[in-house]
Amino acid sequence: MANQYQANMPIYLQLVDSFKFKIASGELKAGSKLDSVRDLAIRYEVNPNTMQRALAELERDGLVYTDRTVGRFITENEELINKMRESTAHEIIGQFIRQMKRLGYSDLEALEMMKKVLEKGESQNDGTK
Amino acid sequence: MMEQNNIQQFGSGDDEGKAATSASEVLPSGTGETGELVRITGLTKKYGKKTALSNVNLTLEPGRIVGLLGPNGSGKTTLMKILAGTIKDFQGSVTVNGKEIGPETKAIISYLPDTTYHSPWMRPSDMIALFRDFYADFDEQKCRGMLRRLGLDEKQKISTMSKGMMEKFQLCMVMSRNARLYILDEPIGGVDPAARDFILDTILTNYSEDATIFMSTHLISDVERIFDTVIFLKEGEIVLQGDIDNIREKEGKSIDELFREVFKC
Repeated sequence: MANQYQANMPIYLQLVDSFKFKIASGELKAGSKLDSVRDLAIRYEVNPNTMQRALAELERDGLVYTDRTVGRFITENEELINKMRESTAHEIIGQFIRQMKRLGYSDLEALEMMKKVLEKGESQNDGTK
Repeated sequence: MMEQNNIQQFGSGDDEGKAATSASEVLPSGTGETGELVRITGLTKKYGKKTALSNVNLTLEPGRIVGLLGPNGSGKTTLMKILAGTIKDFQGSVTVNGKEIGPETKAIISYLPDTTYHSPWMRPSDMIALFRDFYADFDEQKCRGMLRRLGLDEKQKISTMSKGMMEKFQLCMVMSRNARLYILDEPIGGVDPAARDFILDTILTNYSEDATIFMSTHLISDVERIFDTVIFLKEGEIVLQGDIDNIREKEGKSIDELFREVFKC
């Protein structure tokens, strides 16, 4: 549990990424209410100020908004969510390509291999964190 | 090597005359008009010829969880004891909530020492009675609830508890006070990883926006995620102080890794 956070990156940014992924994947539904900072901090086992900072960052990106009297919500802007989902997908593909390059595969070889794996259905485990 | 602008080194030969360049003035510690809970200026403590703390300057805001980190013998416990009021002969000025250390500050500080402080015959129920008499801010219900959740028996003699149980028990007592400043000296040293998680959880659950938790530990990688501020103490001097994520961002490494670098033997 202690090591779910990467050592070399600010924790709040890792929280931002984690939330973004959950919003993109629909695990956190558009328009749904978020728990309080304190509860989120306890669930993620982080400092409340760190959680606050992550939420502020998400708010700046428009992914989360605050209704002063009611609480904090995930945006209802589907367009924005889709955009982010796409850019997250791009990032993952970019990572994949970079790793494959390091292993010595050309773009074409990587693509072929990907196709084969998909055909064989070897990717059942969904790779989410 | 460390970047000079982040690590504030004090010349070892300096004396009181150079008190103007304090860590809190030079580094972005974020003190503001929001009010400060702790203010330490020019604090020096000597044990005979041995200097335990040397010209320490420090301010802590409310609503923070602050990690006090340093190798053995760096002065962590001494600093905590001074704040808690158990060491009284020191040079410099120390105030908590604007008051000099004394009965008024003791009333708002909840201190977990690095040693046990109960008598051998005592049971948790005795300690509860003691805390009820001693501390106006003691929340008995909260305490009993925590003890129950930990599976601790109020009637079991404390001296028959394992080290881990005792640590959990003492932390329950200390966290059951609605204090402004919690001083926790190595609260997780002797407990297993599962209990460690429970203790960190307890600390986070009891966090309040006008209280600050000031905690020392050696197990940095286990707990650094619950800090927002860290202080590195080296041979009685503050060599680094700042927001944990800013440090991680700047250094590209965890506090644990940075610690190993700064205090490399």
